[in-house]
Amino acid sequence: MSNPKTLYDKIWNDHVVTNNDDGTSVIYIDRHLVHEVTSPQAFEGLKIAGRSVRQPQFTLATADHNIPTTDRDKGIADPESKLQVETLEKNCADHGITYLSMNDNRQGIVHIIGPEQGFTQPGMTIVCGDSHTSTHGAFGALAWGIGTSEVEHVLATQTLIQTKAKNMRIDIQGDLPIGVTAKDIVLKIIQTIGTAGGTGYVIEYTGNVIKALSMEGRMTVCNMSIEAGARAGLISPDEKTAEYIKGRPLAPSDDYYEKAVQYWMSLASDKDAQYDKTISINAKDIIPQVTWGTSPEDVVSIDGSVPNPHDENDTEKKKSMIRALEYMGLEPNTQMKDIKVDKVFIGSCTNGRIEDLRAVSKIANGKKVAGHVNAIIVPGSGLVKEQAEKEGLDKIFIESGFEWRDPGCSMCLAMNADKLQPQERCASTSNRNFEGRQGRGGRTHLMSPAMAAAAAINGKLSDCRDF
Amino acid sequence: MEKFKKIKSNAIPLPMVNIDTDMIIPKQFLKTIKRTGLGKSLFYELRYDENDKKISNFVLNQDQYKDSQILITGKNFGCGSSREHAPWSIADYGIKCIVASSYADIFYNNCFKNGILPIILPEDQVQQLLQAAEESLNFEVDLENQKISYILNNEAKSLKFDIDPAKKACLIEGIDDIGLTLNKVSHISDFENKQKSMNPWLYSRKLT
Repeated sequence: MSNPKTLYDKIWNDHVVTNNDDGTSVIYIDRHLVHEVTSPQAFEGLKIAGRSVRQPQFTLATADHNIPTTDRDKGIADPESKLQVETLEKNCADHGITYLSMNDNRQGIVHIIGPEQGFTQPGMTIVCGDSHTSTHGAFGALAWGIGTSEVEHVLATQTLIQTKAKNMRIDIQGDLPIGVTAKDIVLKIIQTIGTAGGTGYVIEYTGNVIKALSMEGRMTVCNMSIEAGARAGLISPDEKTAEYIKGRPLAPSDDYYEKAVQYWMSLASDKDAQYDKTISINAKDIIPQVTWGTSPEDVVSIDGSVPNPHDENDTEKKKSMIRALEYMGLEPNTQMKDIKVDKVFIGSCTNGRIEDLRAVSKIANGKKVAGHVNAIIVPGSGLVKEQAEKEGLDKIFIESGFEWRDPGCSMCLAMNADKLQPQERCASTSNRNFEGRQGRGGRTHLMSPAMAAAAAINGKLSDCRDF
Repeated sequence: MEKFKKIKSNAIPLPMVNIDTDMIIPKQFLKTIKRTGLGKSLFYELRYDENDKKISNFVLNQDQYKDSQILITGKNFGCGSSREHAPWSIADYGIKCIVASSYADIFYNNCFKNGILPIILPEDQVQQLLQAAEESLNFEVDLENQKISYILNNEAKSLKFDIDPAKKACLIEGIDDIGLTLNKVSHISDFENKQKSMNPWLYSRKLT
C-alpha cells in the first residue's frame, strides 16, 4: 500500500500538471473567482502580451469590494469605484467570463456566492485575488488567495507555480458550550497559534466539534485561516458537504453526481496520515471571544479584561501592545463588558451568511438597538438577502433599529461609503481589526454575529449568553 | 520584469512587527486600475496626517532616508490582505529590497513578481541591521553572492543570506512566469484531457 496521505496531499497530487526541476510544481486550477479590485491590472497584462483566457468557463466574476450597499438604483457615485467596476464588466465581456453584476440577485461577496452557486466543490483547487479564499476549504477544496500577477497567470494558463506547503492539523474535541459559535472557535485558534502560527502550512481542522458544525460554520472557521498565517484551511468533505451542494446551479449533473460524491468521500485524510504539526484544543475551554487590540491574535474572553502590557515580558510584544492600546483608546485591566461601542457591523465573508443573520435575529427579536449605536446588517449575497426576507428576519432587524443593506464587502474593509470615523468604536463580525481597516482611526472589536447583536442592543460589548 | 542588480543605498529602519498590507497601502488607494503611481501613498497613515501633511518624525519623511532602496523591518511583514498593491507601492516608491525575520506567505510571493527581494534573516541579525541603519547610510545588497554589507560602530561588516535558487534566478534574470508556463502548454492540455475523463463533472456545467 502507498504511504498514508492527508486531504491536502491527495488534492495536491491530483492537480500536479508537471514537477519542475527546482522543486516547484505546476498546479492545475479548477476554479477561479474574480472581483473588481485585484483583477484590472491582470487583464491589462494579458492585453499587453496578446494573451487570452484559457478557460473562461472555470472563471466566475462579480463586483463586491467597491459597491454601495444603499441606493443601488442610483449607480456608483465614486468615479474611481465606478470605473473599476465597469472595467471588470468590460473585461469579462471581452473574455467570455460569467459576470454577476450589482443588479443580479445572485451577486454578493465572492466567497459567499461560490458555495451558493455550487461553483465550490470538494477536491477542487480554487483561487481568487483575495486572501479570504481560504473560506472554500470548508468543502474540502484546496483554496487560497493570490496576488494580481498570479491572477494573470491563472487567466492565461489555468495553472500556478507552487511549492508544496506543510501539513498542520488543528483538532477540536469535546463539548462546545452553549452560545459558543464557529467564530469563537476560530478566534480561539488564532489566539492560540498567533497570526504567523500557520505560515507555510495548510491547516486541516478536525475533531467532533468541527464535524458537528454546519457548512456555514465551517466556512467561518476556514475563512480566518489566513488570519492565522495559513494560506489555506481544509475540512474533510462528508455527507453534510454533499447535501449542501446537491441541487445548486453548478452542482455535478445527475449523470455524474454519484461518481462525484464517491470521489469526494475518498479525499478524507488516511487514518495514519502524518502531519508536520498538530494542535489540540478542548472545546469546553472556549467561551465567546472578542478582540481587544489591532491584530486578530489579540483575543480575550468576553468575561475577561484588557490585558496589561506591564505583565508582558517580551519587549517587542510589550511595545506593540502599548501601541495597540493607544490606538484602541483602551486602559489596561478594563472589563471587556464595560467597553462602549458606537457602531455595529454585521456581515462580511466571515459572517454574512443566512445562519449568521438568524443568530442576530434571535438576539434582536423584540429588543431595540441602543440609542447611541448605529448598527448595519449587510447580507453576504443577494440570495442571502432574499432568504432572510422570506423568513421575515428583515422585519425583526428593522423594528429593532438595525439598517438592512444590499450585499457586498462593505465595512469589512471600508472601500465604499460604509466606514468608521476616527476614534469610532465598532463591534464587527468581520475578520480584521488592523489599524485603519474599517476607516482611518476606527477601532474594531471582532466577534461572532450573536455577540455583535448583543453589543448593538446593550450599547457595549456584552455576553450573548445573557440574552 | 527588470533584472535585479546590486543595490547601494541607505536603509530605512522600521522596527514594527506584524505590519499588515492595510498599513502598507490603505484601501482608498485600491481603486486604481493601474500598477503604477502608488509609491506616494506607501505607509499612508503612518506617513501623512488627517490633512495630508507629512508626519515629520516618521522615518520615510526624514531627509537621511530619502531615496532609500532598502527597508529593514519587524517579523511577519505583509500579513493580511493579498493586495498586490502592497508590493506595487513599495516598488513604485523605489524600495527594491526588504529585510525581516519573517513574512506572510502571499506578500512574500508577490514580491518576486515585482522585482523586490525579500531577505529573511534571524531576528538578532535583523536587530543589528536596524541599528546599523540608524548609524550609517552605506548598505550594499548583492543578490548574486547572497550578501549584505553594512557599517556598524564604524566597522565594515557583512552577512550572508539564504534564498530559494529558483526565486533568485527569477529576480536576477527578470523572468516572466507566464511565458515559462506557456512553454509547457502541452502538459496542461494533457492534464485537462486526463482530468476530464476521470472527473467529468468538473467540465459539465457553466453558469449563465
